[in-house]
Amino acid sequence: MKGFNKKSIIAIAALIAAYIIGQVLISNGIIDSYIQLNMIIIGINIILAVSLNLITGFTGQFTLGHAAFMAIGAYVSAIFTAKLGQPFIVAIIAAGIAAAVAGIIIGIPTLRLKGDYLAIATLGFGEIVRILALNIDYIGGAIGFNDIPQYTNWTWLFVITVITVLLISNFIKSYHGRACISIRENEIAAEAMGINTTYYKVLAFAIGAFFAGIAGALYANYFYFIKPDSFGFMKSIDILVIVVFGGMGSITGSIVGAIVLSVISSFLQSIPDLRMVIYAVILFLIMVYKPTGLMGKSEFKIFKKGVKGNVSSKG
Amino acid sequence: MEQIIQQLINGVSLGSIYALIALGYTMVYGILSLINFAHGEIYMIGAFVGYALTTFLGLGFIPSLLISMLVCSILGMIIEKIAYKPMRNSTRIAILITAISVSLFLQYTMVYFVGPETRTFPQVLESQRLNLFNGNVILDTKNIYIFLITVILMITLQFVVKKTKVGKAMRAVSLDKDAAELMGINVNKIISYTFAMGSALAGAAGVLVGIYYNTINPLMGAGPGLKAFVAAVLGGIGLIPGAVFGGFFLGITETLVSAFGGSVYKDAVAFAILIVILLVKPTGLLGKNLKEKV
Repeated sequence: MKGFNKKSIIAIAALIAAYIIGQVLISNGIIDSYIQLNMIIIGINIILAVSLNLITGFTGQFTLGHAAFMAIGAYVSAIFTAKLGQPFIVAIIAAGIAAAVAGIIIGIPTLRLKGDYLAIATLGFGEIVRILALNIDYIGGAIGFNDIPQYTNWTWLFVITVITVLLISNFIKSYHGRACISIRENEIAAEAMGINTTYYKVLAFAIGAFFAGIAGALYANYFYFIKPDSFGFMKSIDILVIVVFGGMGSITGSIVGAIVLSVISSFLQSIPDLRMVIYAVILFLIMVYKPTGLMGKSEFKIFKKGVKGNVSSKG
Repeated sequence: MEQIIQQLINGVSLGSIYALIALGYTMVYGILSLINFAHGEIYMIGAFVGYALTTFLGLGFIPSLLISMLVCSILGMIIEKIAYKPMRNSTRIAILITAISVSLFLQYTMVYFVGPETRTFPQVLESQRLNLFNGNVILDTKNIYIFLITVILMITLQFVVKKTKVGKAMRAVSLDKDAAELMGINVNKIISYTFAMGSALAGAAGVLVGIYYNTINPLMGAGPGLKAFVAAVLGGIGLIPGAVFGGFFLGITETLVSAFGGSVYKDAVAFAILIVILLVKPTGLLGKNLKEKV
């Protein structure tokens, strides 16, 4: 973003208006706690999906362990707020950093692998994190971590979601982001062009993990209670489904995907017996009829005219 | 010493079951490069078919094993035709999510129809305990049955793959699908056969698990499914001897880890071994290294 133009001012005004409308509706009680719960879930899912999209959609590294980073963030934030009594902002940053460090530690060795093998290795990593959390008594073990203070509210959620989306979409448009996209398109050609592929893959992995950790912190400090089984293999799949449903390599796609899938799943809550069956059928139909996802690789644009100087770098 | 022998006996039984499921994963991966996440659910349905046949129809062990294998092979072929065939030219991730949706569908349809509770599998095999080493090591006849049936099925599979025309066609398709088609092989038919054989083995594993552990439930497929998949990768995915080796290796490792006091960490150890092996030798312990082509 070079300075403020008409477009960015309108965007900022729209965001502020959306925030104020949300806040007013919540404080007047028009949005009840059930809708608010769903809004929080949507926000967390947007952060998770956008951060996974950076790794899988833009850098082309297929991982099945994203929930593990969320788990790390959730537990770190829970420890900081519940056990150490730190303010929420410290806990959020600590959660992000802890997840990013885990991402770097697991990323440096495993990102040498390609395709299915990387997916399997990250799946293994996710399961290891879950099993470790199940067996550490300090954080509650299998019983779960109780009595986490509830700090997450509309303000935190809105601000952090907007920051995440802005940072990641600006990262993708930067020099470094183009390097990541070139790795997705053809890793060997990117390397021949002098791009340090390992560095950029680990970088994308660390950034993705950082925001997944933050999403975990928001999750832990909203639901009072976390348990290791909430962050299993199926959670990673849920996030991946949002990304694929929205369109791999489309930030707006991930946002739309997170909203649509969260709404579908909250409607399905009313038929608990058949919920997962219908979910599976919907998933299957999407994959058969629209395997590129809702948005494909393109972004949703309100301002179709006058996009000169803002040509997308994607091919 | 006795304890180690006892654990080895348990490990071989567990490993047999892993190996049978892993064979299905590896055969499908070898031919379609598809991680068939629904495979663990076929194993679960195999166990339920075995349960229904023995409990409600009062059939003996061998007939229920065979019928369960047959039902599972038909189910495997149907899944391939409905779910995987339309996706054959899609991206890896789309196919993977399809496989997961099939797996969820089978799991929760079973939960819907039979209920989520755990059921007791009837004792259809007489179990006799043989005491070895002055009674310090117990060898149940069930262990022997499971091992024998696994070995028989594996020898049959090896015979089919190595000696028959279908097996030859399978190997051809897994090497190069297009070239195989040009040689007059009906690729669709061979893929169906592969699914049928892999699913039959999973069905057998389901019945054997019912007999060995005596309990079954609709969500039992997820854990062993993932484990067997790990076993297939350990040995080298796409290789039939690799799946057998990986299955026994994983089964024995798990029971030994449990024996030395790490039972809560046994799954973590399995996945840690998986990651280490992927890093050192991504093609698996028995796999050949392939040079990357530009």
